[in-house]
Amino acid sequence: MASYKIRKIKDRIMRIFIWLALLMALIPLFSILGEVVLRGASSINVNFLTQPTPTVGEAGGGVANAMQGTLFVVGLASLIGVPIGLMSGIFLSEYSETKLSLAARLFNDVLNGFPSIVIGIFGYTIIVLSIGFSVIAAAFALAIIMIPIVTRTTEEALKLVPATVREAAIALGVPRWKTIVSVVFSGAKKGIATGILLSLARIAGESAPVLVTMGYWRWWFAGLDKPMANLALNIYIFAISPFENWKALAWGSAFVLVALTLGISIIVRIFTRERY
Amino acid sequence: MFSPYKFKIENLNAWFGSKHVLKNISMKIKEKAVTAVIGPSGCGKTTFIRCLNRMHEIVPGAKVSGKVFFNGIDIYNEDVDPVQIRRKMGMVFQKPNPFPMMSIYDNVAAGLKLNGIGDKEKLNSVVERSLKLAILWDEVKDDLNKSGASLSGGQQQRLCIARALAVEPEVMLMDEPCSALDPIATAKIETLIRMLAEDYTVVIVTHNMQQAARVSDFTAFLYFGELIEFGPTKEIFENPKSELTEKYITGEFG
Repeated sequence: MASYKIRKIKDRIMRIFIWLALLMALIPLFSILGEVVLRGASSINVNFLTQPTPTVGEAGGGVANAMQGTLFVVGLASLIGVPIGLMSGIFLSEYSETKLSLAARLFNDVLNGFPSIVIGIFGYTIIVLSIGFSVIAAAFALAIIMIPIVTRTTEEALKLVPATVREAAIALGVPRWKTIVSVVFSGAKKGIATGILLSLARIAGESAPVLVTMGYWRWWFAGLDKPMANLALNIYIFAISPFENWKALAWGSAFVLVALTLGISIIVRIFTRERY
Repeated sequence: MFSPYKFKIENLNAWFGSKHVLKNISMKIKEKAVTAVIGPSGCGKTTFIRCLNRMHEIVPGAKVSGKVFFNGIDIYNEDVDPVQIRRKMGMVFQKPNPFPMMSIYDNVAAGLKLNGIGDKEKLNSVVERSLKLAILWDEVKDDLNKSGASLSGGQQQRLCIARALAVEPEVMLMDEPCSALDPIATAKIETLIRMLAEDYTVVIVTHNMQQAARVSDFTAFLYFGELIEFGPTKEIFENPKSELTEKYITGEFG
């Protein structure tokens, strides 16, 4: 009886610790989120959503050009990064018996841990030095950040599909590539979509590699080989400015960025909902 | 030239890496009959059946030598496309493995759909015919859009049989199809196997000797990768030639 009582007490203590740990993880999350919503939401208005960056001393203005810039650069980066990441993930999961895949997996993990500014400078050297600060250069750098995340999550998601399901399709006389594309992929699409989403959220919020590749631009889109504005960079530049209306724009940008990430998240959840 | 044999196997050897799991197997498998492969765990039964539709080689490190003639053609000849071979043979696995993201209907239609047949009417009739053949139609005809994974284990296995039948194979290869099922579900599958034998060549791997005795016309006894004895089931069970076979079927080891 005594030992049962002790066990119950131990159980209770452990539970308290687990709750505390959860609380400690949630406090910063909610305080940041709360602050961003409280301060950011109040700077959202028609001007904010339709006007480009104001000039110094000019009242009002908005971040519409930065939203356009973030959408363009994230979109272009995904066009490069998602297919490469997906295909690398398929290679690592479905053809993992080769030495090449062992090396690829290792370097992929190394790349995943690379400081983003280093990747930014890589983009600077490769592209900015030849064509200048541009959307292309930033998309290139962000795609490199994206690839290892998509690769890893795709590989993990595909590996969760049981081998018996693959065998069933192959035994039906379905070629291997088609087995992967139509049977294995559909079983893993939720995990894959989550991985892509994670990588989108990650690159949408990157500022350092964008700063050294896309430069700073206060106006609208001028061409893929030209600099462009960007939300994450807006937060940095506006927040350290001395002007009150710029600071408000920084909070607003943060709010839009968070809302964007959350929005993508919800959309992906809806599309990948279990049918059964 | 008419031959009553669906398979003629000559000196079949199989390896996993350096492990020699099948040793010089030679036998003939009769058309439109049930051939059972029995033997203790690890004797190579499953490997044997997987060599008949070239499924053994998809495992990394797996190797095969020897000849397997199917309808007179050596399926291990380098000109033979394994995908074409597999389309002519349905396979049922130890654990029911319906495609988890697909409905009952799509599971049965999968073999046709994935091979590019999209004609709705054709698919409807194939799905109905296959489910009826697998004695599952009456149980699922109102739930064709439900997930295949929502069925019971025995129903899932019959769904897998229907899925295999839908591509109109000539052979059904069954790898311990009842080992994960209860006695009632097992009885249903056994009845089904007997019915299938009227039109198909059935090869069934089983660790259950009573099952082999009940459903099969011919029995092969494998022991440590070697074919110890092969003949009509009645003879194997009532009058085995080998002492090893006798010991195994009387339950002295296994």
